[in-house]
Amino acid sequence: MINVTARTSHAEPTEEALPSRGRVGMFCLIATEAALFSIFVVAYLFYIGKSLSGPYPAQVLEVPILPTICLLASSATIMLAERALRQGYGVRFSGWWLLTIVLGGAFLRATAVEWRHLMVTHHLTISTNLFGTTFYSLVGFHAVHVTVGLILLTLVLILSVCGYVTQAQSERVAALSLYWHFVDVVWIVVFLVVYIIGR
Amino acid sequence: MAFAEYPLGQPQADAPRLPLLVRLHDWVVTVDHKRLGIMYICTGLLFFAVAGLQASIMRWQLAFPHHDVVSPAVFNRLFTMHGTTMVFLVGMPIILGLANYLIPLMIGARDLAFPRLNAFGFWLSLFGGVLLYFSYLGGEGLTGAGTAPDVGWFAYAPLTERAFSRGHSTDYWILSLLVTGIGSVATSINIVTTVFCMRCKGMTLARMPLFVWLLLVVAGMILFAMPPLTAAQLMLLLDRYLGARFFDTQAGGSAVLWQHFFWIFGHPEVYILMLPGFAAASEIIPVFSRKPMFGYAAMVGATLAIAFISMGVWAHHMFTVGMSTMANTFFAASTMLIAVPTGIKIFNWLATMYGGKIRFATPMLFCIGFLFQFLCAGLTGIMLAAPPFDWQLSDSYFVVAHFHYVLIGGLLFTIFAAIYYWFPKATGRMLSETLGRWHFWLLVIGFNLTFGPQHIAGVLGMPRRIYTYAPGRGWELWNLLSSIGVALQALAVLFFVWNVIRALRQGPPAGDDPWDAWTLEWTTTSPPPEYNFETLPEVQSRRPLWDLKHPHDPDWRHE
Repeated sequence: MINVTARTSHAEPTEEALPSRGRVGMFCLIATEAALFSIFVVAYLFYIGKSLSGPYPAQVLEVPILPTICLLASSATIMLAERALRQGYGVRFSGWWLLTIVLGGAFLRATAVEWRHLMVTHHLTISTNLFGTTFYSLVGFHAVHVTVGLILLTLVLILSVCGYVTQAQSERVAALSLYWHFVDVVWIVVFLVVYIIGR
Repeated sequence: MAFAEYPLGQPQADAPRLPLLVRLHDWVVTVDHKRLGIMYICTGLLFFAVAGLQASIMRWQLAFPHHDVVSPAVFNRLFTMHGTTMVFLVGMPIILGLANYLIPLMIGARDLAFPRLNAFGFWLSLFGGVLLYFSYLGGEGLTGAGTAPDVGWFAYAPLTERAFSRGHSTDYWILSLLVTGIGSVATSINIVTTVFCMRCKGMTLARMPLFVWLLLVVAGMILFAMPPLTAAQLMLLLDRYLGARFFDTQAGGSAVLWQHFFWIFGHPEVYILMLPGFAAASEIIPVFSRKPMFGYAAMVGATLAIAFISMGVWAHHMFTVGMSTMANTFFAASTMLIAVPTGIKIFNWLATMYGGKIRFATPMLFCIGFLFQFLCAGLTGIMLAAPPFDWQLSDSYFVVAHFHYVLIGGLLFTIFAAIYYWFPKATGRMLSETLGRWHFWLLVIGFNLTFGPQHIAGVLGMPRRIYTYAPGRGWELWNLLSSIGVALQALAVLFFVWNVIRALRQGPPAGDDPWDAWTLEWTTTSPPPEYNFETLPEVQSRRPLWDLKHPHDPDWRHE
């Protein structure tokens, strides 16, 4: 084995600060997830107005203002939680973190209520028409991401209550909160496509 | 005295061999990038043998007109499984395996950024492969005769809908691609993160070996190209299991949308497979020409250009579907545009060889074969990029010949070059040059004999995917030649297998640096220890080993 650290009287190589693995990994995941969502969004846009039979979006969809506010607000609370952890306030962190989970849960509940309403009252299922197909797949796919996010957030909350989440973990928590922000941004796109453009 | 009882300082090879079960267990639970890399490559080679066998059966069936070796239904399954296997279970595992094995060694790291994610990715890919082949047993739910997917490797809608594809064979196809796709994405995330976060001291982006640069681009492409396939597969699953209407034309769904989604993945995939071949050639050609790579920056730039343009050429697979003139023109232009950065690369390799002191060792022979054959593939590619030409020859054997020149003449040759080049590093043994030459020449002759005549058969109007043909159309000779070529290729592969087995048993020891090369992987022992480097290296130029061997004239003085 040759030792390449043997140095000559050459100037020091330029020292680069390498980025954190968690952040880069999470950005990669977000990039690939964004590509995944964009295909579902394209399918939704492509099939707007192409359903051969009802019910149509304008007849059955209501704009979910309150759930949207909940989800967007959760992005702010997770930021506050993250900042609290960075500054070393463990209890304040757990508080904001819990609030984030509650807001995310409220959003998910609203989706469930909306779906129940569509299925029971309007008899719209995934196989009814193209609107049903694209609506349930796009919104459902987003809801799956919210669910995964909530599971991860809850895991961190449990760890935090047990006292495992300290200032030293703030980098990891930051990576998770990046994911949560991504889920929120996707909702903005889904909201615009489904409830504004598609209605 | 006590040292005699504790052989701590002994090299690994002298340690007593552990029982087989323990060693196997070590391989299963390993998170070491080198072991996972080897397992990736072995998986790929194993599936290569299977898919090669399928191809041989098809060629035997087509050797004579009205030949009756397999039934039409079996033939459909054969070409579906052959295509799917070669792309997803041969190409992808081998390129990811090379990346896995080499990137940490080349950038002076001890492992990938997320070793456990790496193991997860590998086992997912293998599981996906097993799932695909399980369809032979479970395609009709074990009660029926058993069947495999027969919808072609791009599985055009609405053939894949419940109504036309009964049983579960298509479901296995979907799930297999879904699972291997997730595995590839996981490994790609790992590769990008490793390259950005794990480089050793002094290894700036501009000093990375070209292999690492190209694989970084490939991993980035996988991140964006694989999701469309995953999304399309999810939609197809929803169609098949929940009665969704995505590709159900009777409910207003669009069969063309599937084609768009598939090829948005499918065309970048061609470059995802090809760029690692370019990457290997960019390491091997300089070392065997005894010159540094010509045009390093141009090479990186051309790679990025290929990656960027390749995302916007997909619909050249769909000229015959009846798109608007505007769309045809756009995709024809973008397809031809991609020839420019590819041409830059070929000129760079030629310029590296020009005036060099070329050593015609086996890895270099395979690279030279690659240069000629890939050029042929590129030229027929430009021909097919023109819509009127494509309307005439789409879905003919001309297209089959074209993409086999890309994937065998281009990719497989560089993969063999890479195996001959890095095998000594991975095993500590040299492969035989004599057997290597037999392997190379038989493969060159066999390959060109197989796929050269298919150009002519295609021009004479022979459609792809037919299970037989009538005599008297002028196709007999070309098909017979083609089938004879397959026998030569199979013989070549047997030489390779024999070479590997022989080298593992009695190959001469390789030493750390058998090729007098310049990149970091050759500084450590062969095979490298689990921790790769005793002390993490520090580099000052693109060729750290050159600097070390020539302290009076190091590279960093000129960079």
